[in-house]
Amino acid sequence: MIPVPPPSEPATKTRRPLPAVVWPLVALAAILVVDGFISPSFFSIRLVEGRLYGSLIDIVYRGTPIALLALGMAIVIGAKGIDLSVGSVVAIAGAVMAHFIHLGFDPAVVVAATLAVGLLCGLWNGFLVAVLSIQPIIATLILMVAGRGIALMINGGRIPTFRSDFFSALSTGRIWVIPSRLFLVALVFLVLWAVLRRTAFGLFVEAVGGNASAARLAGIGTRMVTLATYGISGVCAALAGIIITGDTRSSDAVTAGMWSELDAILAVVLGGASLNGGRIFLATTLVGVLIIQSLTTSILMSGLPPEFNLVVKAVVILAVLLVQAPKVRTAVGSLVAAFRPRRTER
Amino acid sequence: MDVPARPRVVMRGITKTFPGVKALDGVDFTLAPGEIHALLGENGAGKSTLVKVLTGVLAADAGTVELDGVPIRVASPAAAQDLGINTVYQEVNLVPTLSVAENLMLERQSSRFGLISWRKTRERAEAALARLKIHVDVGRSLGSCSLAIQQLVAIARALDRDTRVLVLDEPTASLDAHEVEGLFTVLRDIRARGIAIVFITHFIDQVYAIADRITVLRNGRFAGTGTIAEVPRMRLVTLMLGKQIESHYAERPTTESIDQTGAPVIAATGLGRARWLEPIDLSVRAGEVVGLAGLLGSGRTETAKLLFGAERADKGSLVIDGVPVTLRSPGQAIRMGFGFCPEDRKHEGLILDLSVRENLILALQCRRGWWNRVGQAEQNRIAAEMIAALGIATPDAEKPVGQLSGGNQQKVILARWLAAKPRLLILDEPTRGIDIGAHAEIVGLIRRLCREGLALIVASSELEEIVAFSHRVAVLRDRRKVSEIVGADITQSTIVEAIANS
Amino acid sequence: MTRTKLLGAATFGFGLLLAAGSASALTIGFSQVGSEGDWRPAFSKDMKDEAAKRNIDLKYSDAQGKEENQLKAVRSFIAQKVDAIIIAPVVVTGWDAVLKEAKAAKIPVFLADRDVDSDPSLFVTRISADFNLEGRLAGAWLAQASKGKCDVVELQGTVGSAPALQRKKGFESVTALFPDIKIVKSQSGDFTTAGGKEVAESFIKATNGFKGICAVYAHNDNMQLGAIQAMKEAGLKPGKDVLLVSVDGVPDMFRLLAAGEANASVELKSDIGKNIYDVVEAYLKGKTDFPKWVLIPSDLHTQADAAAELAKRGLK
Repeated sequence: MIPVPPPSEPATKTRRPLPAVVWPLVALAAILVVDGFISPSFFSIRLVEGRLYGSLIDIVYRGTPIALLALGMAIVIGAKGIDLSVGSVVAIAGAVMAHFIHLGFDPAVVVAATLAVGLLCGLWNGFLVAVLSIQPIIATLILMVAGRGIALMINGGRIPTFRSDFFSALSTGRIWVIPSRLFLVALVFLVLWAVLRRTAFGLFVEAVGGNASAARLAGIGTRMVTLATYGISGVCAALAGIIITGDTRSSDAVTAGMWSELDAILAVVLGGASLNGGRIFLATTLVGVLIIQSLTTSILMSGLPPEFNLVVKAVVILAVLLVQAPKVRTAVGSLVAAFRPRRTER
Repeated sequence: MDVPARPRVVMRGITKTFPGVKALDGVDFTLAPGEIHALLGENGAGKSTLVKVLTGVLAADAGTVELDGVPIRVASPAAAQDLGINTVYQEVNLVPTLSVAENLMLERQSSRFGLISWRKTRERAEAALARLKIHVDVGRSLGSCSLAIQQLVAIARALDRDTRVLVLDEPTASLDAHEVEGLFTVLRDIRARGIAIVFITHFIDQVYAIADRITVLRNGRFAGTGTIAEVPRMRLVTLMLGKQIESHYAERPTTESIDQTGAPVIAATGLGRARWLEPIDLSVRAGEVVGLAGLLGSGRTETAKLLFGAERADKGSLVIDGVPVTLRSPGQAIRMGFGFCPEDRKHEGLILDLSVRENLILALQCRRGWWNRVGQAEQNRIAAEMIAALGIATPDAEKPVGQLSGGNQQKVILARWLAAKPRLLILDEPTRGIDIGAHAEIVGLIRRLCREGLALIVASSELEEIVAFSHRVAVLRDRRKVSEIVGADITQSTIVEAIANS
Repeated sequence: MTRTKLLGAATFGFGLLLAAGSASALTIGFSQVGSEGDWRPAFSKDMKDEAAKRNIDLKYSDAQGKEENQLKAVRSFIAQKVDAIIIAPVVVTGWDAVLKEAKAAKIPVFLADRDVDSDPSLFVTRISADFNLEGRLAGAWLAQASKGKCDVVELQGTVGSAPALQRKKGFESVTALFPDIKIVKSQSGDFTTAGGKEVAESFIKATNGFKGICAVYAHNDNMQLGAIQAMKEAGLKPGKDVLLVSVDGVPDMFRLLAAGEANASVELKSDIGKNIYDVVEAYLKGKTDFPKWVLIPSDLHTQADAAAELAKRGLK
């Protein structure tokens, strides 16, 4: 029989590993330091036109749509799913929003309708995955491909523009000196956190993602949990659609949120989650978003020719992911250890 | 013990050690040409290790193998095939999306011809199947054929060469009675051609229907061998389960705890599911322990899962507390106060990445629903209580459960259900992989829970345990309940008799 | 009752008359790419309106962005023995076979807007605007408006696309003549409003509020609209603090020009039906010496004529 390890065993190990949250933060800090060299005024924040103004504010501000998508994505991935359709749901939400504004509805109705459509999109994905047992990548690929067509149809093949004080205020306005969209992200974060950690939902999602058959035998309604994760992702995508569409006051079905699903997945992974599911990290996911966005912003500021944008982004993200990989970390650790004795000899 | 005059295979003193476990300890095995030789034993007896040594998947630490009198060293599965030793595994290793013909000719194609002649492939495939009197369109995709045909195609593929030994690992596990008969016809035909067949199964009836000789392993050791005439059922079961030892648990459980007044907690009538479990009758009262006994694959786990709603019954009825109920999901069963500790704790029990605490409260949380979260303080209290009560060895409740040892993991699952305070607890092999000390603890726990008024259904392959705590024992064989033993009649020998009788 | 009938008969008669009148008129097949964006539907509409004006029987076919649809449409035009075929190609490649079929049927083919890579003898000519010229016009305007001294930031179109490449080249070919005009920052905004806005925001930060920047050149109006939003949000006055020049001439840009919040836009005209039909009709009347590329001249609009242009288009 395997002997039971004494309770003190972990203490005998050399050192407790650093908490996972450290690595995304280190990566973010490194990128920001480089930015500081590129642009001396990078860290300056001042008030312009009554609102906070500066590159750091830009990063947070521009990161909001991906942040909204990534928060939803973190939950889907926590349940071992994936949602490729969020970029297309952004486009659909933008089209629905522009359409309802043109029909002259009250902003509250427009928001309700847009979120309802986002929820519907999410539940459709959830239905395919949970009820019809289609693999998540394939199931959500369907809406990813079809979604932009749907949005284009709602837009009537054009790029409708609109004027709406409410949506301009929501997307580009400010509350006191802080951009109002940051409050939206904060609100979504808090609501999701409460749903995950103040109800049993988070535990259920992580159980389903960790071991679906065990979760089922423990009594969890795995179908409902899966359905709910995609529903949440759909609503988050609709919110991102509202922000993106409100920003330019136009609904561009072809380019709105293009490739953003990949950024969202990347943010979740940078935040330390595994695509194998089982854990949800909301806070570090937001750090992942900031890494991606600060990278985009610094490339724009750096003066590199645009041909290099994607390559630079890919290289830096690869580096960040490598730093996070346990194997690489152990390798680096042993490398450092190998050099240490020499130092003591001196 | 009879030894054939000119054996096909002689394995002597085969020993194989895995880290921490002696899987085979000096095992002898002799196989004659033109015989079907059943290789039997319970889980962990060493059947598959022995076969893996023979087929070159594993290298033995000690021992010799002779094939037709010539000492051989089987270095790899490919080497085994070159020697004419072919294997059909339980999970058919064919490609369901390819056609029957392509599957039959899979490896031979590319290695022999630069170009593939599809006409020749078809012809050869048809010829290979015709030898087994199987008639199927070889152009069909294999996945669209029945499991029986797939099994036969796998056998045909193994036979296409100059085969001397054919090893069949659980070939009938997913076949129905009619399909099994078809397979046996083919096997008799192969036997007539002088090929030696090793037949691994856990269906006792099938052994007596087709095998010529039997070899039994137990706990990695040779337990006995003989023709089927020399080894009647009773002796076979005794060989498999070990000699009847005196029970450590002298006292039999008392019947005082059983609530005889009200309706049973659960009463199944004719409950069954096609290809899963033949309809059975079973009832349990509060304060009563019902044991499920039987050999491996006899239907113990299947019964447990059906009663818990993990598999849906398609026949019969279930009455819970006197009210007819259709169980649709484990969630529903849990809300009715059921609990279930599965046999396969890694795949069906634990969520390895989650902490001990989170695993512990999962069932309780499911009983309470999504919105009524078990508070942090309560979680910590339950975790501390359970860790102390069951003696779970963990530095703290936040350690991922995947990092605990097997026995402690089992305790975590038990604790999960105890925390949910069920009325009916179904335990499937609760003592598997647990050290001897913990064995007694678990048996004691079962007795205590029963005294506290819990209804229990315990499936176990350890007869000693079953006798120690059961008020009634349902004996299963070939996915069918064959008898029920009550009260003082419950002894190891009555159970063995019930398992053996056909 | 009888009146309605009479009216119906009269209409029918009139219709016959018309049909008889148009029997001698031209039948032209036009295969359009699709109806994406704002510009292309306007272009399609102008082609139809202009055809009606000239009494041309236009067979219009929308390929919905697919070349196979286009090939099908062109083959059906050949089968119908139209007098001429106009193609706005979806892609550059794969046209040889169908163009040879048209040539065998002695039906002349004209290309509108985009180019093909087939043997030039297979079609008469290509009639389109010139991205390079648009860039040169923008550059020339800027050189004049800044008196040859200006630090420019550039919002490029999608990296590697033909309009982005040519608008950049054309612009630079003019500004190169002025040693004091420099492009100090250049990034891709992907031709979208959102992209233009984000790039402009980062440029504003990087230059500390466009300090020392005298102009923004955007490869299309949508990106410039984004840049204008970004400048407003940063407390800058677009069109006054910084000169703004871009390409396309979308209605929103005319409005901004009229309001003094932008300075110039080179119009990518959609009312080019007359240019195209002029060439087709001239060819059918016997003129053959066309260059392989008939340029449609581009116009540059400024704050001075924006209001008039808006009125002309019935926009406000």
